[in-house]
Amino acid sequence: MAPNDTLIAAGFADPVFQSQGAFRALLAALSEPGLACDLGDAIVPPAGLEAATAVALLTLADYETPIWLPAALRDGPAGAWLRFHCGTALVDDPARAAFVMIDGAAPEPRLAAFNAGDDQFPDRSTTVLIQCAGFEGGEAVTLEGPGIAGQRSIAPIGLRPGFWAEVEDNAAVYPLGVDLLLVHGAQVLGLPRSTQIVGTR
Amino acid sequence: MTVHQNITDETRPAYNYAYLDEQTKRMIRRALLKAVAIPGYQVPFGSREMPLARGWGTGGIQVTAAIIGPDDTLKVIDQGADDTTNAVSIRRFFERTADARTTEATHEATIIQTRHRIPEAPLKAGQIMVYQVPQPEPLRKLEPHETETRKMHAWAEYGLMQVKLYENIARFGEVTTTYDYPVMVNGRYVMAPSPIPKFDNPKMQMSPALQLFGAGREKRIYAVPPHTSVRSLDFDDHPFRIQSWEQPCALCGAADSYLDEVVIDDQGGRMFVCSDSHHCETRRADGHRGAMLADASALHLVEDEAKP
Amino acid sequence: MYVAVKGGEAAILATHDLVAEARRGDESVPELGVAQIREQLGLACGRVMNEGSLYDPDLAALALKQAQGDAIEAAFLMRAYRTTLPRFGSSEPLDTARMAIRRRVSATYKDLPGGQVLGPTYDYTHRLFDFSLMDETAPSETQARPAAQPLDASMPRVPDILGAEGLMEEEAPPAGDPRPFDLTREPVTFPAERDVRLQAMARGDEGFLLGLGYSVQRGFGGNHPFVGEIRVGEVAVEYVPEELGFAVDLGDITLTECQMVNQFAGSKEVPPQFTRGYGLSFGHSERKAMSMSLVDRALKCREFGEAATYPAQQDEFVLYHSDNVEAAGFVEHLKLPHYVDFQGELELIRRIRKEREQRLAEQQSEALPEAAE
Repeated sequence: MAPNDTLIAAGFADPVFQSQGAFRALLAALSEPGLACDLGDAIVPPAGLEAATAVALLTLADYETPIWLPAALRDGPAGAWLRFHCGTALVDDPARAAFVMIDGAAPEPRLAAFNAGDDQFPDRSTTVLIQCAGFEGGEAVTLEGPGIAGQRSIAPIGLRPGFWAEVEDNAAVYPLGVDLLLVHGAQVLGLPRSTQIVGTR
Repeated sequence: MTVHQNITDETRPAYNYAYLDEQTKRMIRRALLKAVAIPGYQVPFGSREMPLARGWGTGGIQVTAAIIGPDDTLKVIDQGADDTTNAVSIRRFFERTADARTTEATHEATIIQTRHRIPEAPLKAGQIMVYQVPQPEPLRKLEPHETETRKMHAWAEYGLMQVKLYENIARFGEVTTTYDYPVMVNGRYVMAPSPIPKFDNPKMQMSPALQLFGAGREKRIYAVPPHTSVRSLDFDDHPFRIQSWEQPCALCGAADSYLDEVVIDDQGGRMFVCSDSHHCETRRADGHRGAMLADASALHLVEDEAKP
Repeated sequence: MYVAVKGGEAAILATHDLVAEARRGDESVPELGVAQIREQLGLACGRVMNEGSLYDPDLAALALKQAQGDAIEAAFLMRAYRTTLPRFGSSEPLDTARMAIRRRVSATYKDLPGGQVLGPTYDYTHRLFDFSLMDETAPSETQARPAAQPLDASMPRVPDILGAEGLMEEEAPPAGDPRPFDLTREPVTFPAERDVRLQAMARGDEGFLLGLGYSVQRGFGGNHPFVGEIRVGEVAVEYVPEELGFAVDLGDITLTECQMVNQFAGSKEVPPQFTRGYGLSFGHSERKAMSMSLVDRALKCREFGEAATYPAQQDEFVLYHSDNVEAAGFVEHLKLPHYVDFQGELELIRRIRKEREQRLAEQQSEALPEAAE
């Protein structure tokens, strides 16, 4: 085993205030869908995780919230880092996870593979962090819904074909559904289940 | 209010920033994110026991404690006023436990924790309202069992609420709910706006501010994101309407604010004054004068800022 | 004139001084020591530990002192402190069969292994004032005579005796023996499992549970209970630290355990057997443990397929209303200002009355010409 596989990189230097700041950015991201929010560059993420993915999970995950990661990451430094800093269980079954991280370009797993909650407890659903290649230059998508005055357009890039159809399917089962956070670098862009896709081109 | 236990220094526990431990904050933060994603839906959360009594704002306090940071400016109101005893007590709590910067000015605040009112000054983007909620379940008075009301929300079965409101109309000619008037959020969930007067309901509709609701005793958190539809329940033939008064505020002359009634003698004398104390003070400072301002000022009961 | 409420902060601080003064009372009377409360008001301390959900006799005594003897306020102090304490883990299950017995009575058997041990009880006092206690300087006879024989080493629990005969409902830990639910950390959902119900009742208000238990007994609940056993004494608390891997004795706590034996007709699958109601509480607190065991049995109606007709059988009703710190908070919050909402009601009632008067006046004026004819 290479030495840097056994070393676990640092987490927050100041957990109380760094997690508070990051949480406010996440809260802004999900309350104003489509708006890119900055989670800061407080930490150096382990290989395979974008900075914002790492910060979001440090802020929100703990022993109460199982995480699902692609197998390559789960068995590598990213998995070790999350186990150490969040004390979290890494699970095999994506439907059991409270948080998952997927690569936006990978064909699997589909959004429908995650837990959409149940009709009496729609909050018991997965939050999905989707790492993409950027928030500009992709297919332009128009959003409507709570948190958006009128309409908002976004164009993230590096998402698999058919991704927006999956998002539409997710919104169609509202109030069930998963909540999405697109991630690139230190930024997140929220797409909660309440957001409607009104047009793509 | 006992915030710090009176025990010896060696064993004195060091309270975390904003009182709550980090694990608790994470749990509340996760609940808040789900609440924002499902506007109007009540998310159960592991409400902690707080050093203030249940029913005195422990839900709002937990929400504020989970969101507040050093960049925030906090305003706390009760009945619209910054200086009512419970507002003072909660403001002191955050000054002591989070070294919070506080304000009475609505426009300066980034977080406004409230009981029973929404300020008169329009809320702005970036502001967060935190409502203290005694009973988060709008259907509870109609159906006492949580197991039943949860199903009603699951199936969007709100007929019982419509029937109750219509019975009101049949009996009194109008809906007689004057506060905690139920609203439909994002066309899906019927929500309790907390016991704000129905006068304040229209301020929730498409508000640019984020609105968070905490019910500590009942262990529920819910939210309304900015720019979200919040419609007061009504009927085509009996549209929703808000309270109005025959006279303006006696101190600042405002004709469009929510008024409190003050009994001034035992001869049936009354005066009506703004419930939003900061709004009233700001208007007086701007030179607005109500009919009884001079009297009140002469008795040093209020400051008349317009006077030299 | 207009009553301005500026100066709320000064008024609040003044209430702290006033309550301190009221707590101390007449300064010519010596101040109460916390140790005196712990030693001489032990049953009150027990109640505060139960409802405050924290075993600490010293803090319970301090809470009672600070709260002027108000049990609910004292429990609130305990809760507010408890919630800030770090958790190291869960103890091993307590083994009440190994209790160092102070009192043990059974109503179901005349005699049994270990015998009946009356111990310290008010049951057979005649509730006549002992006026000699008015004089705290007089020496009092407080030393109990030692028993003629030592207690038996073996004190089997009565339900275990019935269980050996197959007559008692068997109770096994759930599969995998998971960590019990913690209602101070997680939101309760309904129907609530038994671990949640017992936990809620253990911290529940003694008076509320007493009333509910009484209602079951009188007929608002179909149970026919017998006290299988009440036992009071000390039990060791053991904890297995992760790094050691073996149990460490943390010390003894005083507990009261009550097991009620109830009739049950059985079903197609289950032969007739007795069913169990269980109560466990801190300190010597028989009334609490007995009430809890009555309500526990009533709440098991779902498991036995019985109709949940009465309040004591409805988990939502019992669990939501048994917590006196929550209940007191919400009842007492009514004294907070509500004038904004009340103004809404005033505006409405005045307007409805005015509209009614106008309507009546119109009707009267329409009716008048006819009356003149």
